[in-house]
Amino acid sequence: MFRNQYDSDVTVWSPQGRLHQVEYAMEAVNLGSATVGLKSDSHAVLIALKRASSELSAYQKKIINIDDHIGITISGLTADARILSRFMRSECLNYKYSHDSYLPLNRLISILGNKMQVCTQRYDRRPYGVGLLVAGFDDRGSHIYQTCPSANYYDCRAMSIGARSQSARTYLEKHLDKLAGCNLEELIKHGLRALRDTLPAEVELSTKNVSIGYVGKEQEFKILDEEETAPFLRLIEGEERRGAPPERSLGPLREDQGEEDRDPQAAVGLEAADHTMDTD
Amino acid sequence: MMNPPAFWQNGPAPGNFYSFPNMQPQMKPEESRQHSQGPVTTSTSILALAYDKGVIVAGDLLASYGSLARYTNCPRIFKVNNNIILGASGDYADFQYVKEFVEQKIITEECLDDGLFLKPKSLYCWLTRILYQRRSKMDPLWNNFVVAGIQDGQPFLGTVDKLGTAYTDKVICTGYGSYIATPLLRDAADKKPQLTLDEARAHIEKSLEVLYYRDARSFPKYQLGIIDVDQGVSIEGPLEISQNWNVAYSIKGY
Repeated sequence: MFRNQYDSDVTVWSPQGRLHQVEYAMEAVNLGSATVGLKSDSHAVLIALKRASSELSAYQKKIINIDDHIGITISGLTADARILSRFMRSECLNYKYSHDSYLPLNRLISILGNKMQVCTQRYDRRPYGVGLLVAGFDDRGSHIYQTCPSANYYDCRAMSIGARSQSARTYLEKHLDKLAGCNLEELIKHGLRALRDTLPAEVELSTKNVSIGYVGKEQEFKILDEEETAPFLRLIEGEERRGAPPERSLGPLREDQGEEDRDPQAAVGLEAADHTMDTD
Repeated sequence: MMNPPAFWQNGPAPGNFYSFPNMQPQMKPEESRQHSQGPVTTSTSILALAYDKGVIVAGDLLASYGSLARYTNCPRIFKVNNNIILGASGDYADFQYVKEFVEQKIITEECLDDGLFLKPKSLYCWLTRILYQRRSKMDPLWNNFVVAGIQDGQPFLGTVDKLGTAYTDKVICTGYGSYIATPLLRDAADKKPQLTLDEARAHIEKSLEVLYYRDARSFPKYQLGIIDVDQGVSIEGPLEISQNWNVAYSIKGY
């Protein structure tokens, strides 16, 4: 049976120069439901697809408020995301206390990046199994940042992460040039269309499974409730849906993940967990 | 009155503490130690006035040992960055200490190279936090700081004292100047709310002169810091206070 010799610790290199544990952590991001972030010159928008872990439970929250000018959306291990969001909140709060102004986005992200990097270089740690899209507005305008478990972060004009997010990225790449000049409503529409492209044919966007958050010049970060989401969903209702293209080919650790994700280790005959860790 | 018996042999009686061997009942005065300090090398007032397009800050160059005019070339107004001027009165060593770490903060920020620069309100808030923390440790930094700058195209002027008490105003004077110069400058600012740079400068120079006659710790050499929306930061000096002592002969009765 195949077993990877070089993935016992985050600190172990493979002869190919790879850190397998870090790469596995990157896969955790793909287990969460898709989420989209995009920005214009005046606004940054986050759109997320929410999942309910069972018929009986509520839809899991995907967008988290960090400060008046920053919000994040998460994909991967929810619990790890909560730790990171708590950290980001306290960093923003401390900055506001000592400097009487909002923490610039790039500074927050670099602090966060440094925190996450430590986990990829110590044998007694594990990487955070979550990817974030950070939307914010500061003196340098609107921003969308993407962070990874590998502690890389990227300044993006638009980005999508999570399960089946490739289709959303394809949509965003196609409309990238139009985004900068969009107003808030157009931006949200683009985000919703991008998110819709990630859905399987039988699923529809609804006020239950969609979450919208935005921030802008003189607009504090706001997460829309169901009532406020409905009008935006109606705007793209009835538009022809683009057939979602098949996902790009997946690595050995990523059999196409449905709702019932299994820990990849089960595939190599190790003890199978009854429940996967909570990912959203 | 009856003394109740101890709980156990050599133990405390009800309502009393156990008596440990060799324990002193109270700390003696010679065992106590004072941790907070006082100012040693001091500088006198800072005067600051906001005008329509900026702020002007003035302070003399003297550092005194008590009433002795010890050092006569001690600048205490400096440029923090293109947005901010910082002035200080009080203990000169404490000022140098604060100056050092404010400058380090600016260097650290420049190394980030992200196109963002410290703003006067932020420095004002930050100094407030630091001075308040030090006074809470019973070891205050013995200064009055004056933060002058341009924020969002508007003049900013604020002050923090050694207790961390802070306020913003269009006219700020520290030390003896708060008694002598504040009324003069407030009067000028009230009569004409939008002063020009030249007018503001004339008022500051007049106030310095009056203060020089009245304040025994003052000195005729001074510096002038000007931060202007259009012209940016400039620190001028050493300049000379104009003085005329003919008035002395008209004083009778002492």
